[in-house]
Amino acid sequence: MGAIDAGCLLFFGYPITPQNEIPEYLSKHLPPLGGTFIQAESEIASINLLLGASATGARAMSSSSSPGISLMQEGISYMAGSELPVVIVNISRSGPGLGGISASQGDYFQATRGGGHGDYRMIVLAPSTIQEMYDLTCLAFDLSDKYRNPAMILGDALIGQMKEPLIRQKPEKMDLPPKDWALTGARGRKPNRIKSLYLQEGELTEHNWKLYQKYERMKKEEVRFETVNVEDARFIIVAFGSMARVSKSAMELAREEGMKVGLFRPITLFPYPEKGLYDISKQVKQFLTVELNTGQMVEDVKLSVDRDAQVYFYGKPPGALPPPEEILEEIRKYYK
Amino acid sequence: MELVFKRPECLIDVPFHFCPGCHHGIAHRLVAEAIDHFKIREKTIGVASVGCSVFMYDYFNIDVVEAPHGRASAVASGVKRARKDLIVFTIQGDGDLGAIGIAEGIHTANRGENITLIFANNGIYGMTGGQMAPTTLLGQKTTTSPYGRDFTYDGYPIRMAEMMATLEGSALVARVAVNNAANLMKAKKAVRKAFQMQTEEMGFSFVEILMSCPTNWGLSSLEANRRVEEEMIPYFPLGILKERKMADYL
Amino acid sequence: MNSDRFYYDVIVAGFGGQGVLAIGNLLAYAAMKEGRQVTFLPTYGVEMRGGTANCTVVISSKEIGSPIVQRPHAAISMNLPSLLKYGPRVLPKGLLMVNSSLIDLKEVSRNDVELLAIPVNDIAIQNGNPKLANMIALGAFAEKTKWIGMPSLFESLEKVFDERHHGLIPSNIKAIEIGAKFVQSL
Ligand SMILES: Cc1ncc(C[n+]2csc(CCOP(=O)(O)OP(=O)(O)O)c2C)c(N)n1
Ligand code: SF4
Ligand SMILES: [Mg+2]
Repeated sequence: MGAIDAGCLLFFGYPITPQNEIPEYLSKHLPPLGGTFIQAESEIASINLLLGASATGARAMSSSSSPGISLMQEGISYMAGSELPVVIVNISRSGPGLGGISASQGDYFQATRGGGHGDYRMIVLAPSTIQEMYDLTCLAFDLSDKYRNPAMILGDALIGQMKEPLIRQKPEKMDLPPKDWALTGARGRKPNRIKSLYLQEGELTEHNWKLYQKYERMKKEEVRFETVNVEDARFIIVAFGSMARVSKSAMELAREEGMKVGLFRPITLFPYPEKGLYDISKQVKQFLTVELNTGQMVEDVKLSVDRDAQVYFYGKPPGALPPPEEILEEIRKYYK
Repeated sequence: MELVFKRPECLIDVPFHFCPGCHHGIAHRLVAEAIDHFKIREKTIGVASVGCSVFMYDYFNIDVVEAPHGRASAVASGVKRARKDLIVFTIQGDGDLGAIGIAEGIHTANRGENITLIFANNGIYGMTGGQMAPTTLLGQKTTTSPYGRDFTYDGYPIRMAEMMATLEGSALVARVAVNNAANLMKAKKAVRKAFQMQTEEMGFSFVEILMSCPTNWGLSSLEANRRVEEEMIPYFPLGILKERKMADYL
Repeated sequence: MNSDRFYYDVIVAGFGGQGVLAIGNLLAYAAMKEGRQVTFLPTYGVEMRGGTANCTVVISSKEIGSPIVQRPHAAISMNLPSLLKYGPRVLPKGLLMVNSSLIDLKEVSRNDVELLAIPVNDIAIQNGNPKLANMIALGAFAEKTKWIGMPSLFESLEKVFDERHHGLIPSNIKAIEIGAKFVQSL
């Protein structure tokens, strides 16, 4: 839905649980709008269909889940290298390998560290409500166009399967630069080239520095996060996506017991809200990172906070989802 | 009294998880019977592909390795190249072989890998809940072809057996069905033949089985069997498409 | 419910095919129609079909944090395994509704909760449509808790059911009403 409202009329994907609702919805709703839904023969094909479509300047997207996202990595690397915008939704499931279809945040590293080869980054947005799933999809298209860079929505099976009310209000579109790089036919202009191969001496170095500058600009301009109750907090939970919701309830339970707990929720996982966390850690010295994995984002939290801050970790590998009470137990353990 | 319907030795005595009326169970049984027949249980390796047949390891009393989605024929080739003395087979769905793994499938056949590939063609993605497969028939509605498969939009259903038969490397290519007793007998023969050819090192053997998926077709078992007869067989004709004789080989 | 601040949650569980997800979906939709905050979280058994199914619905006056609930205010158990799993988790003084057509009440181990035993399958069969047992349960639950109003529940049927099943709406409404009446008669 977010995709359609962001003006994306091209979807290429391959079935995989737990995100089949997205392609099933679009296979029904895109054609009447004059859009195109293709069920490709694989995720490798999907990402390369996207590469082609994006090269023409069109907005295009795919959605998949962990094993399928792994297959897309080659194409994502090529698109980052060729500076092509694209939006990819990962309703991640549990791995490694086939793993299972239960919710997991085990793809954090893959998403934020660039899962393919080469020195690149992807914009990564982590929705924690259905409303955000919609809003951030719209935003992802804008950011991806603005920076000519792939963007990923990193959700999980919890967000993917859950239902809650949604207000469908098209967000304001950003002021975006014209896509004069797009392949539209070289009529009356010099031919455009979209590529990632740079063999001339010094060319690739320059290209990599250019990409680097872009990522630095994202870090300055695009960081997004949410804080709850940090003003008087002595203890902060750091969590993203579905775990941030459960943590929020845990925070409320803790407050009922008189513990001054706050919540820090990164919305952009790349660029990571390093500074936001650092600023808070000048006052608050206790942090508990909660993740649905055995410890990934916690590394970024440790890198971000002030030196004398303590970072604890509560992680759960896929399987049973932790209820708020379980996190409360952890808070009690460490809260000073 | 002669026991006519007995559990093959190489199947474990547990109930199948397949939906009622699903032909996957029959395919498992046919393979198991062939393995028993040649008494090769202890040197047979199964390669589980990702689809409703992935739980093969819960049913076959043999060694099994699980492959990534679409890569079963490559994995099977790897097993065979490492251990020529073993008998290697895989059961691949139409999504697994006909879509995501078509490159591996074609090249496995083209290399003439001495393995047996059972192609489970039910014209749908069973495991993921009924999306369009490369073998979905024209006009057929699935969750991702809600308006019915239209060739201008989704292309035509792929005839895998015919394609495999064009490759020099394939030794046996057959298409069978298991929707009635007569077809079942032929299917049994074809599967047995496929394993026999592997033991004789004749090269790549391929048996496509037309199967029902009552659940995702939204039909009862009986209706599904009828649909195999009336809709699938006319488009996917049965028979032995290719059979290499020892003489051709020498 | 008329109070300004409230928070309720319920876990609905049973066999796949008993229509427990429909119960949860309808509760959630009806609450949404009434302008509540609401989350609906389904979980399926590992088996695609014929396994167990359950869902958690949270209805609140303010933004909902966790859609996962450890100790619910209420549970609807449509079969024995779900009673054994979720029965012990209901909060003290909470509501435990059991399908007494399929569950022997001796299996209920709690005496600190309110027990609502409804033979939903029997009632459905008496009324000529065994398939509507879940709607009987929904009607009974809605009447008992009054978390949501009947009109919004009826309106939700249209949203939750696929268009090709819209013909079934009147019989579903009737089943909900029968479930509600059964509770009134207790
Ligand atoms: C890379 C990757 N993409 C997608 C999937 C999801 N997936 C699992 S099984 C399957 C297709 C099943 O269909 P088919 O091969 O026809 O087997 P059937 O279940 O019908 O027997 C898919 C797409 C996956 N496991 N891995
Ligand atoms: S979903 Fe289809 S293919 Fe899979 S077990 Fe059920 S009937 Fe068989
Ligand atoms: Mg199939």
